[in-house]
Amino acid sequence: MSNAPTMTDAGEPVFYLADEHDHEAGGSTMLGFWIYLMSDCLIFAMLFACYGVFGGSYAGGPRGSDIFELPTVAINTSMLLISSVTYGFAMLAMDEDRKQATLVWLAITGLFGMAFVGFELSEFAHLFAIGATPQRSAFLSSFFALVSTHGLHVSIGILWLVTLMVQVGRFGLTTANKRRLMCLSLFWHFLDVIWIGVFTFVYLLGILR
Amino acid sequence: MSADTHGHGDAPSHGTRRTYLTGFALAVVLTAIPFWLVAGGALGNAQTTALVIMALAFVQVVVHMIYFLHMNARSENGWNMMALIFTLVMVAIGLIGSLWVMHHMNLNMMPGMRSGDAGGM
Repeated sequence: MSNAPTMTDAGEPVFYLADEHDHEAGGSTMLGFWIYLMSDCLIFAMLFACYGVFGGSYAGGPRGSDIFELPTVAINTSMLLISSVTYGFAMLAMDEDRKQATLVWLAITGLFGMAFVGFELSEFAHLFAIGATPQRSAFLSSFFALVSTHGLHVSIGILWLVTLMVQVGRFGLTTANKRRLMCLSLFWHFLDVIWIGVFTFVYLLGILR
Repeated sequence: MSADTHGHGDAPSHGTRRTYLTGFALAVVLTAIPFWLVAGGALGNAQTTALVIMALAFVQVVVHMIYFLHMNARSENGWNMMALIFTLVMVAIGLIGSLWVMHHMNLNMMPGMRSGDAGGM
């Protein structure tokens, strides 16, 4: 369409489209989902800002260097990173219309995701056991708010992943299922990007502090 | 590649096995270096280490954006990139603004009331 307004027979300009051209079903889903991810990014940015403000308010309680364990964080980080790549392989298999391979890669991704959540929960359990609860200090409140929001996202991602595995298993790699898998792909890789911020600004800088 | 047969010009590409592995290799290196720096204290100075690992995190985010999220200026006619740039501006305002305002508020607190004092910043 051109930018110049079209004219009616009477010579008056028309500033709207008389006939909206057809959009394919789901054609705008990817952009819409991307905008959702950007809004999610803002949520995390504000939680990071909270942590940045309260990260030094220990109230006489434990400091980051007292409670963070580098090996646990390293394992968590690698779990999430590997799951990102295995999800990528699932997408490649999807492109080649190989249903079984897609399902296998999705299952592997889910297992790594569950390992991540498992390690995180055991870390939280350890922190609670030594009295480092969210109520202890502003530092711990903001720490748990940020890290558990991310963990909750990953957990919901796993739920979504299992749902899509059932979908693909029953109905195959249909156009709708491919679109859904692409949305989850963005979501999953996005969570890995957020985790880069978490392990750098919360854990590594917390240990240095 | 089958990715090219989608027809719709702005269909997102998923990369190839090679781009995923390249991205993975870069991400592993960019993750391993900060962990190694913090664990071993190779740089000695905590301030320098902090700056280096923040820079590495930024590079890794860009690597993930390109190799895993397949960001480019063309997807969805550039609207993906526009949304990202807008979000980055909002994030920058929110983050820098919060930290700046709260830092000054802490400085102007009466002695003994600073949030960091109890923990000995």
